[in-house]
Amino acid sequence: MDKILRINMGASGGPSQNIEEAGEFSALGGRATTSMIVAKEVPPDCHPLGAENKLVIAPGMLSGTTGAMSGRISVGCKSPLTGGIKESNAGGQPAQVMARLGYAAIIIEGKPASDDLYKIHIDKDKVTISVDNSLKLMDNYPLVEKLRKEYGDKAAYMSIGSAGERKMAAASIACTDPELRPSRHCGRGGVGAVMGAKQVKAIIFDDSGCTHRQPKNQEKFKAANRAYVEGIRKHAVSGEGLPAYGTNILTNVLNEAGGYPTRNFKTGFFEGGTKISGETQAELEIQRGGLATHGCHRGCVIQCSGIYNDKDGKFLTKQPEYETVWSHGGHCGIDDLDTIAMLDYLDDNIGVDTIEMGVAIGVAMDGGVIEFGDSEGAIRLVRDEVGKGTPLGRILGNGAEMTGKAFGVDRVPVVKGQALPAYDPRTVQGIGVTYATSTMGADHTAGYAVATNILKVGGDVDPLKPEGQVELSRNLQIATTAIDSTGMCLFIAFPILDQPETFDALLDMLGAFYGIKMTGDDVVALGKKVLTLEREFNQKAGFGAEDDRLPRFFKTEPLAPHNITFTVKDEELDELYNWS
Amino acid sequence: MKITVKLFASFRIGRFDREIREYPQATTVGDVVRDLQIPEAKVGILLLNFVHVDLQRQLADGDALSIFPLVGGG
Repeated sequence: MDKILRINMGASGGPSQNIEEAGEFSALGGRATTSMIVAKEVPPDCHPLGAENKLVIAPGMLSGTTGAMSGRISVGCKSPLTGGIKESNAGGQPAQVMARLGYAAIIIEGKPASDDLYKIHIDKDKVTISVDNSLKLMDNYPLVEKLRKEYGDKAAYMSIGSAGERKMAAASIACTDPELRPSRHCGRGGVGAVMGAKQVKAIIFDDSGCTHRQPKNQEKFKAANRAYVEGIRKHAVSGEGLPAYGTNILTNVLNEAGGYPTRNFKTGFFEGGTKISGETQAELEIQRGGLATHGCHRGCVIQCSGIYNDKDGKFLTKQPEYETVWSHGGHCGIDDLDTIAMLDYLDDNIGVDTIEMGVAIGVAMDGGVIEFGDSEGAIRLVRDEVGKGTPLGRILGNGAEMTGKAFGVDRVPVVKGQALPAYDPRTVQGIGVTYATSTMGADHTAGYAVATNILKVGGDVDPLKPEGQVELSRNLQIATTAIDSTGMCLFIAFPILDQPETFDALLDMLGAFYGIKMTGDDVVALGKKVLTLEREFNQKAGFGAEDDRLPRFFKTEPLAPHNITFTVKDEELDELYNWS
Repeated sequence: MKITVKLFASFRIGRFDREIREYPQATTVGDVVRDLQIPEAKVGILLLNFVHVDLQRQLADGDALSIFPLVGGG
């Protein structure tokens, strides 16, 4: 990965392209690359949909190698949802293919003067940027079908649906899986709207004629990869639970812990939880001839995904993730898996973040737009309003905060404008710290304290008390920022938190690949460096300590069944970034 | 005394999802786990009436106990 592709969509006479030396970015990846470029090149006070914002795409440090789990791709920009810096990553095939093509990053800047829609095709010989207005307002599934006829099945696709073109702040960027379904999404923060603002509909990567990236020390890399895979396979979470039941195994866990936000965060237990749990979902998938175990990219050894067929045994969508099942399920008072799976498909097709979309619908339910539990109504809102870009659909498609304002709702679960995911911060106080302080807005993946609070992986901190939560979240946020830079799937955190030898194997892989000695301290230093840059960007964009807070109702309204509030003090939250 | 026992994920295989079971006074969480022939090393999360507990915790009549293997997601 020794080059960077810079595309100026606003160049006079049509989009221009330039290949630059990757320099320091040739040995970096993912979030480190996207955030460093955004921090350096994007004015923090620019409008996210304007010409000055940039969309930066980067594979991970080990993407495109034979290393396992290395298929995450990061997309960075200034977020139209939060107004701060954003890194959103996804699985699927694009990271591997882009890395094998040799690109450490693609930077898309400027804005076309015309209203033409573009597609970008990248192969080993050239980059072709062409107008294709026949793709206008197509959604992801039919879009990829059409593009496959032109570019074939060996390529990997990144694309936006109609929501991205309409520049909705919940719009995602879809990445195709090994079977070329646009089902893996850079979901959070409206990155799809930024791609839409650049008028880029799709990026097609074709690595025909390219080989795997070669490590500096082949033998050491192979041995380290072997130990790494062994460690992942032997851990109960990554080797048994995730493959068999997927991420939705958490519905029952959070429900039984009283931390499952129900009907817009009104209680912590959903009476319909069992009906939409991972256990029920896996059984149904197998019964209907789908799959309960499926990898989102080649080289995945966890295989946490699956294939969800409809009642007639026909493909409906990929296995909906826990957060999706929650946002469209318990959060909306809906206890029907087929409804949730249909909403997952619609979100992927239209191209919106399943968390933001589901939370927005729940907020709309609280505002009386439809009743809680109205399955048909929820489908109609996404398919016929968001999907068709009606005025109501544009309100919903701009996220939970916008929806709350439009319908006069005083209970709006967002931080920095981004919707809270599927863990109530009153019952899982550590994740509340992450939601409040993350540079990304409310984001569970930014520092997954649920592991330590609830799952008892990587230690044990009481979820119901404030003690120790800031330190826990700080350490996890630093570690996660580093993992997001390697391009590794975050689920490797379960084995590497519990098994020091698996963490060492990952360090050895990085070291053997780049011909350096990599230590745990280097990983921490990288995490801190990137977080610091992100926070400085946000400060320049206008964020202060008052933005590192949860909505006040979490401090004032006790949550059943524990009847507790969020009790980590503001001054403690302000200590999160005070590290030595 | 009557204890509602709920099992999850792989612990359901060959056992049950949810049962109200009779146990003598002073039964501990560990006693229930052993009674169900669940290997202790496989136990990941124990929740008693929504609160995390350990194997030594004594049960009371009417308690609801949820037993999970080590699981994760997110």
